[in-house]
Amino acid sequence: MSQVSQSDQTRQHLVVMPSPHIKDRATTSSVMLDVLIALAPTIIASAFLFGPRTLLLTAVCVACCAGFEYLFCMVTKRENTIRDLSACVTGVILAMNLPVSFPIWMAVIGCFAAIVITKELFGGIGQNFANPALVGRIVLFVSFAKYMTDWNTSGGLVVASATPLGMLASGSTELPSYLQLFLGLKGGVLGETCILTLLIGGIYLVWRKVITPTIPLVYIGTVFVLCFLLGADPLYHILSGGLFLGAIFMATDYTTSPVTEKGKAIFAVGCGLITVIIRLYGSYAEGVSFAILLMNIITPHIDNLTRQVPFGGVQKK
Amino acid sequence: MSKDVIRSLKGVAVRHYKNTEDYVTETMPEPDRVYLPCVQHMGAPCTPVVKVGDLVKVGQLVADCEKPFSSPIYSSVSGKVAAIEDFINPQGIRTQSVVIEADHQQELSETIAPPEVTDTASFLKAVRSSGLVGLGGAGFPTHIKLSLRDPAKVDTLVINIAECEPYITSDYRNVMEDGPDIIEGIDLVRKYVGKIENVYIGVEDNKPKAIQRLQVLTQGKPYIKVFPMRSQYPKGAEKVLIYETTGRVVGDGMIPADVGVIVMNGTSIAFLAQYIRTGIPLISKRITVDGSAVTTPKNIQVPLGTRFVDIIQFCGGYKQEPKKMLMGGPMMGITIFNDNYPLIKNNNALLCFGEAETKAIPESACIRCGRCVRACPFQLMPAAIDKAYRARDAEKLKALYVGRCMECGCCSYVCPAKRNLVLTNRLAKGFLREISSK
Ligand code: SF4
Ligand code: SF4
Repeated sequence: MSQVSQSDQTRQHLVVMPSPHIKDRATTSSVMLDVLIALAPTIIASAFLFGPRTLLLTAVCVACCAGFEYLFCMVTKRENTIRDLSACVTGVILAMNLPVSFPIWMAVIGCFAAIVITKELFGGIGQNFANPALVGRIVLFVSFAKYMTDWNTSGGLVVASATPLGMLASGSTELPSYLQLFLGLKGGVLGETCILTLLIGGIYLVWRKVITPTIPLVYIGTVFVLCFLLGADPLYHILSGGLFLGAIFMATDYTTSPVTEKGKAIFAVGCGLITVIIRLYGSYAEGVSFAILLMNIITPHIDNLTRQVPFGGVQKK
Repeated sequence: MSKDVIRSLKGVAVRHYKNTEDYVTETMPEPDRVYLPCVQHMGAPCTPVVKVGDLVKVGQLVADCEKPFSSPIYSSVSGKVAAIEDFINPQGIRTQSVVIEADHQQELSETIAPPEVTDTASFLKAVRSSGLVGLGGAGFPTHIKLSLRDPAKVDTLVINIAECEPYITSDYRNVMEDGPDIIEGIDLVRKYVGKIENVYIGVEDNKPKAIQRLQVLTQGKPYIKVFPMRSQYPKGAEKVLIYETTGRVVGDGMIPADVGVIVMNGTSIAFLAQYIRTGIPLISKRITVDGSAVTTPKNIQVPLGTRFVDIIQFCGGYKQEPKKMLMGGPMMGITIFNDNYPLIKNNNALLCFGEAETKAIPESACIRCGRCVRACPFQLMPAAIDKAYRARDAEKLKALYVGRCMECGCCSYVCPAKRNLVLTNRLAKGFLREISSK
């Protein structure tokens, strides 16, 4: 371009970039930070319920998850991604899935399974086929079943030696009351017992638009309805075990749940169905982890089947 | 179709930055030179009808084209043609530019006289002669838009005053300063085009004063409905606006007239009334000048062809070193790589930003949060398109209807991983074109 008469000073070489030129403030790390904030009340509650060892386990899991991710990125010369805080979220959620007496070195193995095997080997954030914390939990459950089901407590408010679902399965007559279940005065893994704080976290996530309420509502609703239809105590079932923890914090994992609301609903119904079947008819007292894992695996198919219909409709072929 | 029906497409709540909304339009004096590119519209490029050395007056024709799908260009100053030179516009189209040295007499051309309009044909002829193109968007020649294949079918006129882009307030100023012209323009179009029964004026509800003024102006005209819309970007996008005001869906390969609707920008329709009254063609434009690098943000009426550097000079110069300059708003505006560019017909804003707003945030991996999918007004799935494009999967891209993307920017705006989804969509569309042309 030949422009004559450039007597006055003009600015050349301005930056050329694609629109849009303003962006929302939310970043991957701010989203993950919101999840951590939502988990905070539950961590605090379980520290009271199960004693200070809660905090130790949580700290170890967070440190290991972040550490493994850092090392993996270093070794494979990938860009270091620990600043997006997703590894910390995995660490906290994994810790919330352990009983208070769980040995530290075993927890480290769980973190390895979660971060290195499930997340990073599949390509890092957004690429894994299953929820890392969930796989970590299942690996530990399968490898160290005895420790993973050691419900003996000491040092906190909870005095228990079994979980409410375990008690139900073994036909115990001294079941905890609904209020006890709601407040978390029962045996179980660290993060699953206090429904109150899990709910607060869930509401925070919905309010911050980190998650939509579809998965938790449909998942818990499905379990409630199915238990009712099959003659089990629906309220007792939804308040026991890892349902709230799973439905609010694990089934809603972005990477491993469908993108559209319709897909999320199907996913959540599937989770609910499998959970109830395992709980009522399976050999395990608890079915949340396996239910979510199975649904994680078919998520890509649900995604393909539930594409949004674009504005203007679908063209007939 | 009752107005109470709430139809709403998705979008995003962007910050408005309407800093200049109360700034009354100032008229910028003509610069020493104007540069009039021969492509200021969609359609066939014009060719200069003047020679170097010719004397021209304000409103004199300087470039035209015999093809109907084009729009003539008039001089915005009186003076001498100094050069006819090569010019590459920001979209990379090579054309010519008529450079006129102003004599600062601003003498009006003798050819200027109110056009004689008696029927549809003479009206359309006048519209073409006015040089009017869609002033809010892509610069679609207005007379083409108003030449209907099936006039009996077109029963609705929608006036776009949504002004959903942040920063820009020129359409708002148009309502506040030239409101009656809008109504006059509507009546002209109603008289000569189609069988228009309903007129909707779509305004975002962040402009209550404009809504109020329009309501006052339209009293006694029951066919005109002022239609407040929730202020959510991109309410001003044509298909979105048509759907929300009339409930009609403009499908693939269709134009609004196919569903009986004509959409005109508020400033365009007001100009039309002014032209029919005075005969002065499109030679100046009201624009919003704003951004962190501009000393005094303003709304100004600028002669077409004025270089941006001169416009900035009129607005007190740069406040800080400019890094990014935008023609249009921040959601869909295009960056220009130097400030030597002249103002053309369809510009409605000039925004300049410093270092802070220019930093590109690096992209990171998609976390599948679904925000882009929830934000897209057309219910496309940008994250899936992004993935399919990276795999160069043409079938999948087609199945995801990437061709319908209007590049509004909502998806990129909300993405926490800061992925350039709009750019990907643009590239994907190009990729599909390339494949199908093979
Ligand atoms: S996919 Fe296209 S139409 Fe949808 S939000 Fe993104 S840019 Fe807008
Ligand atoms: S908004 Fe960004 S991170 Fe979220 S799904 Fe879309 S592309 Fe992925």
